[in-house]
Formats: sequence, C-alpha cells, structure tokens
Amino acid sequence: MGYRILKKRVLVADPKTVYFEVDAAAVAAKAKAGQFIILRVSEPGERIPLTIAQARPDDGVTTIVVQEVGKTTHDLCNLEEGQEILDFAGPLGQPTHIEKRGTVCCVGGGIGNAVVWPQAKAFHEAGNKVISIIGARTKGLLILEEEIRAASDEVIVTTDDGSYGRKGLVTDALKEVCERETVDECITIGPVIMMKFVAATTKPFQVPTQVSLNPIMVDGTGMCGACRVTVGGQTKFACVDGPEFDGHQVDFDELMKRLAYYRDLEKISYDRALERECRCGKCEGGE
Amino acid sequence: MADDGKKRRPINRQDHKTPMPEQAPEARILNYKEVPLGYTPEMAMNEATRCLQCKKAPCRTGCPVDIDIPAALDLIAEGDFAGGYRKMRETNFLPAICGRVCPQEDQCESMCVLGKKNEPVAIGRLERFVADWAMQHEDSEAGAEMPVCKPATGKKVAVIGSGPASLTAASDLVQLGHEVHVFEALHKPGGVLFYGIPEFRLPKATLVKEIDGLAKIGVTFHMNYVVGATETLSELRERFDAVFIGTGAGLPWFLGIPGENLNGVYSSNEFLTRVNLMGAYKFPESDTPVKPGSRVVVVGAGNTAMDSARTAKRLQPEHVTLVYRRSRAEMPARVEEIHHAEEEGIEFKLLHTPVEIFGDEKGNVTSVKLQKMELGEPDASGRRRPLPIEGSEFVVEADCVVVALGNGPNPLLTRVEPELELSRRGTIAVDEETLESSMKGVFAGGDIVTGGATVILAMGAGRQAARSIQRYLTTGSAAF
Ligand code: FES
Repeated sequence: MGYRILKKRVLVADPKTVYFEVDAAAVAAKAKAGQFIILRVSEPGERIPLTIAQARPDDGVTTIVVQEVGKTTHDLCNLEEGQEILDFAGPLGQPTHIEKRGTVCCVGGGIGNAVVWPQAKAFHEAGNKVISIIGARTKGLLILEEEIRAASDEVIVTTDDGSYGRKGLVTDALKEVCERETVDECITIGPVIMMKFVAATTKPFQVPTQVSLNPIMVDGTGMCGACRVTVGGQTKFACVDGPEFDGHQVDFDELMKRLAYYRDLEKISYDRALERECRCGKCEGGE
Repeated sequence: MADDGKKRRPINRQDHKTPMPEQAPEARILNYKEVPLGYTPEMAMNEATRCLQCKKAPCRTGCPVDIDIPAALDLIAEGDFAGGYRKMRETNFLPAICGRVCPQEDQCESMCVLGKKNEPVAIGRLERFVADWAMQHEDSEAGAEMPVCKPATGKKVAVIGSGPASLTAASDLVQLGHEVHVFEALHKPGGVLFYGIPEFRLPKATLVKEIDGLAKIGVTFHMNYVVGATETLSELRERFDAVFIGTGAGLPWFLGIPGENLNGVYSSNEFLTRVNLMGAYKFPESDTPVKPGSRVVVVGAGNTAMDSARTAKRLQPEHVTLVYRRSRAEMPARVEEIHHAEEEGIEFKLLHTPVEIFGDEKGNVTSVKLQKMELGEPDASGRRRPLPIEGSEFVVEADCVVVALGNGPNPLLTRVEPELELSRRGTIAVDEETLESSMKGVFAGGDIVTGGATVILAMGAGRQAARSIQRYLTTGSAAF
C-alpha cells in the first residue's frame, strides 16, 4: 500500500542526512523543479512537506533528501531499502519558473543544496549560465557537490569554518559574483535566515530573487492555511501559491516565528522517540 | 402501512420525541466519545410507533435523498431493524453518517405532520439507530447483507474527492454497475466528514465502516491523489467515461484584520484537521501537535464554529469564548449544536467582532480586540446587517484564535483547467438540472458548486449528478 524505498544513501552521519529514492510513479511523472511532496512515515504520523530533489518519470522514481531534525524525520531516516513510506502525495506547489534569463545564481545552504541540484539542472538545460553557490557549516556537511557540479557552469563552495572551499558565508560569495558580473536571476533555498540575507544581498543589485519557503504545513493543498506567509504585505498560502516567492517581498521574520511555534512540543515528541529506542537500560524504553 | 390484512398497530400518542440518552456535559468535555448515546431497541420502537404513516409522506419531500421514511419507520416499529435498515439504504448508502450530521429539523422532520402541534417523529435518531444496529450485527445475515450491484456496464467513472457528495455519487454509480474510482488528496477517505466533523459527533470508526461498505461493493479508493497536481482533470477525463467533481470548498476564509498571521491563529479547517484527521488530541501518542493555550476565542457561529469551540473545550483550556457579529437569532448552526455548546460551558459573545489580534515578541497571540455591534437594516441575505458601534472596542486575553468563517472554492483543481467554466465566485459553473459542467462528461456537485452548504445537500447533489451520469453513459447526453 505504501511507497517503497528503492535506494537509500546516508549522505551525512551527523546530523543524519539521507538520500532516498522512492517508488512513486505518479509523483515522478509530473514533478518539476521546485515542487514538493507531503509524506507521512507511518501511523499515527504527522504530515510533513519535503522538496523533491529529483523526479525520474522513466522509472517512476522520486528522490528526496532528508535531514533528521525531529521525530518524523528521525523515523524517516531510519527506514531502510525495501521498507515503505505510508503516504506520499504530490507533486505539490508551483514549479520554479524556468526560462532563459542569461546568468542565474543558485544559492543553497545545508540540506537546501539537495534542491539546488534540480534547479541548477533545469536552468542549465534552459540555456542559462548557472553559477551555483553552495554552503555548509563544515566540509562533512556538504551534500551532492558532484551532482551540482555536473549541472552548473561554475560552483563556489563556502564553509563557515573554512574546512573546504572558501571560508565564509554564501552571501559573501554571492555579493562578489554580483559585483563581478550581471546576474539576471537568483534562486535560493536553505535555512530561512540564510535566504533572508541572500535576498538582502541581491537587493541593491536589483537581481530578481526567488526564495523557496518551508513553512509548517498540514494538508499541502490550500485547505488549512497553516502555511501562510506574508509576501508584499499580503497573505499567501505557500503550499498552493508557492513555495517560491519574490525574496525581496517576503516577511522572513514572521516565517521564522511561525516555524518556531511548536518547537517545545516537537522536542517532547522527538525525545520520546529517542528514549523509546534507547538501550541504556535506565530510560523507560529499550526494545 | 400497506393494506395487507395485517392488524393495524396502535399509534403511540406521545407528544414529544423519545428522549435521546446523552453523556452529561461535565463528563463529556473530558472525553471525545459521542455525546448522544443512541436509542435502545425499545426506544426506537416506541419512537417509530409515533409515525402516523401518512399516505402522502410529506417527510419524504423534505429528504434530499428521498428515503421512504414511513416504510422504514413501519419496519422499525415492528421490530424489524434489518428491514428498516435495508429500506433506508435503498436510497441512502450512508445512514450512520446522515443519521448523525443531517439537519433533520430543517428537512424531513420539519415536514412531519406531528410537528404542527407537537414534536415531529425523531427520524434522524431512528436512521442512526438502524445504521448502528446493522453495524453491531454485521456478523448476522441481515447486518452483513450488501446491496446487489447491477451487472458490470464496462463504463468507468472517476469521482474526485471523497466527501459527502462524492461518496453518495460513488455509491449510486457503483450500484448501477459502473466501475468507480474515488481520488482523495488526503491520506484518509471521507473529506470533511473525516477532517472536519469531530469524533464526538461522528465517530471515526463509524465513518470508516460506512466507507468500507462502499469498498466492499466495488468502489476503488485512491488516497494521496491530488487531482490538479498528481493528474489533471483533463487527463482523468481521457481515462474515464465520466467524471464527478465533489472536492468541496476547501479554502478557508480569514478575517483580514491585523495580527491574523500570529502564532495561535488557526482557521477552523486547520484546527479541526489537526485534531480530527491527525489525532492531535492524543499528542504525543500521535505526532501532530495543536496548541489550544488557556484562553480560546472562536470566531463565527456556524456548525464548524460550534465544532471548533467544542473540540477546543475538550483540549481543556481554561476558557472558550465564541464571538459572533450578529445575534442569536441569526446563528447559522443547528439548534442542537448551539445547545450542546452552551451546555458544555462555552461562552457566547454575540454582537461582537474581532478587529485586531495582538501578539508578543515571539509572534504568539496574547489578546484580541473586540468591537461591539448592533443590528441595522436587513442586507441582501435577508438578515439584519451588523453595524459596528464606534468607540466600543475592548481587549480580551487569548492565546488561541480559531477563525470559523467558512470556505471559498479551492482553486487547486480548477486553475489548471482553462476549459472548465467557473462562476464569478470561483465555484464550478454547472447546468442546474444535470450538474454537468462546461466540459462534456464532467459533472460537479456539493460545495465546489454551491460554495458552502450542508452535508446532506452535498449528498443530494451527489445523487443528482449520479442520475445525470447514468443518463450520459447510456444515451450520450446528460439532458433529459
Ligand atoms: S498546508 Fe494547508 S493550506 Fe497550505
């Protein structure tokens, strides 16, 4: 009944970051860069949105990259090849608007790089010069570099600690690129705070900047409004109007606050899950 | 009663409905179990013998799905519950649902002759009784018996959405021998019956059983299938001989006041979905959280507002207030729901409207500014228009606000179908008689057409569409 995991690759051990190829032909047949799915790992699980990393209509494979940040992603990252994800719906949201613009900067951070990959690829295939700027805290956390390199004309890697590529933030590199040449469009995905500063960086250069937002969602079809974000002073539902919006118009501070609202409860849920699996003998759990 | 020589049963002259046993308010606000407990067989027979067995059966004309009510009640009066159930199910495959959520007081019961002087026969309660009886006796021959579908026609019909309109259309069409596939965007079937209507009004187990019945007679359900995204309507149309759209009106309206995106402001859809569909009331046993806080303000006065307020109450905040801009007389909710809400200690602030929501530095709601209203001249809807009283604003504490103002049509499916004609409001435009849309062979009914009504009206539309689809499939045209 569920959606089988055909391939699993652990990209980073800690925080655990996993690449999954999922047997979801209906999604794969339709998915375009920038769209997402909503999944539920098992009963009585919650529905979480994840941006699609790759869709292969030919063999019905939909790829997602997940980082363990809480109970649901923990359960998901623990699934093995051959096991199934209970629910997997999509592709949802509007696809990235891809056209020939000239030079396009794709800026990713952390897990967001998983989505830079299809976007860079799509812009490249549309005849753009693609400069990908991908960042991570440290070398070990950088994901899908090979894939992104294959899809880009130029790749700039930044790490916060300088352990790989250039030391610094993606915004430093982005600013230099904008000073160096005309950038016709910028697209960014990663932590909200990073996207906020990416938008602030491109603003003085008047580079149209698309940000891919990741608010809390429930249904993902426009039915509940959990995903509302303020863009240019107007309320939008990220799941149907987005997830990509004009970064120069987005109220990032509101988004960060909304994302933090359930953190206390999310922690309770996560801690319980970890405790249940704990084998120390002192905790309640143990299998 | 038919003139078959049977001895005429004496009529029970009781002037009121046989009372429904209920959970006491103090007890029920601590659980999610159903509030009305249901009739016993004795109660059901007692109530059914109140029916005068009118030849003209005005009650029938009040039923959107045309149940042969006197015949069913006659059987119940005789203690033939299986027969009563079978009779109801002849025209309504979902009696356990309808018996609970239909506004009978505005429909069949409003037409009952007894109601002119006394209370009408409790038709809804009897419908629920026989449906529950059948579920409890599903191992018996009578309980397990399923309607026989006509021989396969070889025609395939797609039904989009799995709410009341869709389920009714699907049940009618499958019984006519068509191959019926239901496509649902969420992970559970039932639409608003699952995510919107709380457990204490319609237990999920009952809902699931009734839907399982459809699967048993051959309806195929496809979950996680978002028509408009996973596949477009046009593509479905190519694969099927006819399509019914019953996706409802799932796009929540907000107030459009400052502070509405603060944390703790929910649409009733989100609030109820978290609790009903995702089981947030069991958190952390289930993974989805909800935060009712300690002071909840619910805005609106329809059934969904009552459901939200009563659901909130069961999450045990200190206080639940329901705010409505008109007066009691204009409240659109069912009388029974309003009554239940009051019994459960929900405070009604009538003739008030929120004008601003305030929050703290974390973006969490802290209070709501309300303004007093008065009623002016009647507006287009015939109801007296609420007018704000200048300078009457005051602030109440709140850490959760649930906005239950209704829904507009969700554009997910329609926006990628340029061929599909919409009304100015964004609902699907259909022929009033046939419910056929501007796309040949594509029919629509329920809230996606009307913009927001009751479960049973949606079911009536599902039935109407099924009839047209049958005509369309057999004659090539939906027209009469
Ligand atoms: S997630 Fe429910 S409307 Fe967007």
